[in-house]
Amino acid sequence: MVLVEQSLNGLQFGLLLFLLAAGLTLVFGIMDFVNLAHGSLYMMGAYFAATFTAWTGSFILGVLLALGATLLLGIVLEFVALRHLYGRDHLDQVLATFGLILFFNDAVRLIWGPAGLALPLPAWLTVPVQILPGVFYPAYRLSIIVVALVVAALLYLVVMRTRIGMLIRAGASNREMIGALGINIKLLFTLVFGLGAALAGLAGLMQAPILTVQIGMGENILILAFVIIVIGGIGSIRGAFLAAIFVGMIDTLGRAFLPDLLRMVLSSAAASTAAPALSSMLIYLLMAIVLVVRPEGLFPAAKR
Amino acid sequence: MKSHINLRNVVVALVAAGLVLLPLYSQLSGNIFILTLFTRIIIFALAAASLNLIMGYGGMMSFGHAAYLGIGGYAVGILAHEGIGSGFIQWPVALAVSALYALVIGALSLRTRGVYFIMITLAFAQMAYYIASGMSRYGGDDGLTIYKRSTFGGLIDLSNRVQFYYLCLACLFGGIYLIWRIINSRFGMVVQGVRSNEQRMQAIGFHANRYRLVCFVISGTICGLAGALLANNTDFVSPAGMYWTRSGELMVMVVFGGMGSLFGPVIGAIFFLVLEEVLSQFTEYWALIMGPLLLLVVLFARGGIMGLLGRFSRV
Repeated sequence: MVLVEQSLNGLQFGLLLFLLAAGLTLVFGIMDFVNLAHGSLYMMGAYFAATFTAWTGSFILGVLLALGATLLLGIVLEFVALRHLYGRDHLDQVLATFGLILFFNDAVRLIWGPAGLALPLPAWLTVPVQILPGVFYPAYRLSIIVVALVVAALLYLVVMRTRIGMLIRAGASNREMIGALGINIKLLFTLVFGLGAALAGLAGLMQAPILTVQIGMGENILILAFVIIVIGGIGSIRGAFLAAIFVGMIDTLGRAFLPDLLRMVLSSAAASTAAPALSSMLIYLLMAIVLVVRPEGLFPAAKR
Repeated sequence: MKSHINLRNVVVALVAAGLVLLPLYSQLSGNIFILTLFTRIIIFALAAASLNLIMGYGGMMSFGHAAYLGIGGYAVGILAHEGIGSGFIQWPVALAVSALYALVIGALSLRTRGVYFIMITLAFAQMAYYIASGMSRYGGDDGLTIYKRSTFGGLIDLSNRVQFYYLCLACLFGGIYLIWRIINSRFGMVVQGVRSNEQRMQAIGFHANRYRLVCFVISGTICGLAGALLANNTDFVSPAGMYWTRSGELMVMVVFGGMGSLFGPVIGAIFFLVLEEVLSQFTEYWALIMGPLLLLVVLFARGGIMGLLGRFSRV
């Protein structure tokens, strides 16, 4: 029973991570751009959702407005600052977007104050749902799984089956060429960046009701997203998906079961001190192992 | 022969002289705050200089240098907590543990290049951060207070502000001298050669990664020393001090000062920390200014302050 529930939690967390990692890996794969501020967009999504939900009084309306706002923010950000960084050194990109993180964190503190916000759920999402005989699971977490899967499927369809997706893939394999063929590459980049921002915002606002909305919420999860795209192979959406599920599962199950497992081999006191550290480390250990075996990640995108 | 008297070298000499004379000014004016501020700055300058060794000369963009600050600090803190107060034991341990950590991390991370390397070093530093948070015997998340600074058998008193300042300054100058010797040695030439063209160096017969790894370990060890100094300076060591934003700040200092210039990180550390201090006196939200400033430096002032000075001195 607990195993089913924790596995679902792991799946849910993994899917959230995928939404974040997908934007990151799209932007990296196509524009060759490392965006540390992706975590800030995640945070902004959550803050927007909390604010708009409070204004409109409707969760759904608030969420939709927040998605639009994050999309817009991403486009503005790309237009004002980030497009000047394409083609620059990765170090430049890391530093510039690090500056943006500093900016966003303090901007949020200025606007919303240092205390966190809460994003309350509507009543119809708080009821537990019976998924197996005798096993109940919160409707909200279930809806995250459904929404994220739908978004993942849509993303797949858009990238693999539409004209825009074809341009995106073409842009990833040869930027200059599709520019030369008369495609407005700048516009395409802006759109991709906006899409990535909206995905990050969606992840942030869906996570918001489970945790509190607070400053710096995007940073830890951003690093997890980086680990995921490193494991999955930078630029590969499929790799990001599988790695995200994997990491989400390991993180959640490690936290849930590692203390008990350790207690079998260690004394109770030693286990309860070692377990949290060890479960936080598991993912990084996994990444180290992957890198030793396959430095390019498990599913490297096609060579450019 | 090229003249050594140019604007850049004059500025470096003035800054160095200023750092040496600062305690005198502090004594005369009674301004103790400036002494504590600059002790901190000098320690961070040492850490930034160590990062510059691998970033500027080795082309390895480590995003996890704060881990060494933490490791050096925790080595001092944990030994002090367990009743071993002698700096003759604490500091070598701090250096050795930092070197060992750098060896393991470096051996794994150096299998990758470019942006992978940035992310791997970042992730390993976060791992170190979580380990530190998990050490409940040593304060866990809350950190560990160091009740007594390292003792050096009456040779030097670290609780004396001026003596500690000069110790830090000596470490900084020593560190920079060491880095200068390294980059001008055969070893340093190979490392710089690998940065410019790895394949060519391989073809000549150098094991690029071995050179890289040794350079990485030296850098980590120097940064571990900065960590030991920092722990003594704050009498406190905590996981928060090794959070990834700290690594980012070190990178910013290097880039502000001018990557790949020997004295650049010192200028960068002074610039960054003094600016932070000044801005935070105006407003609580100093990062609102620092963040965009960083963006502007990256966009328009590559080569940092040393680069700008170099540009002026050529005119």
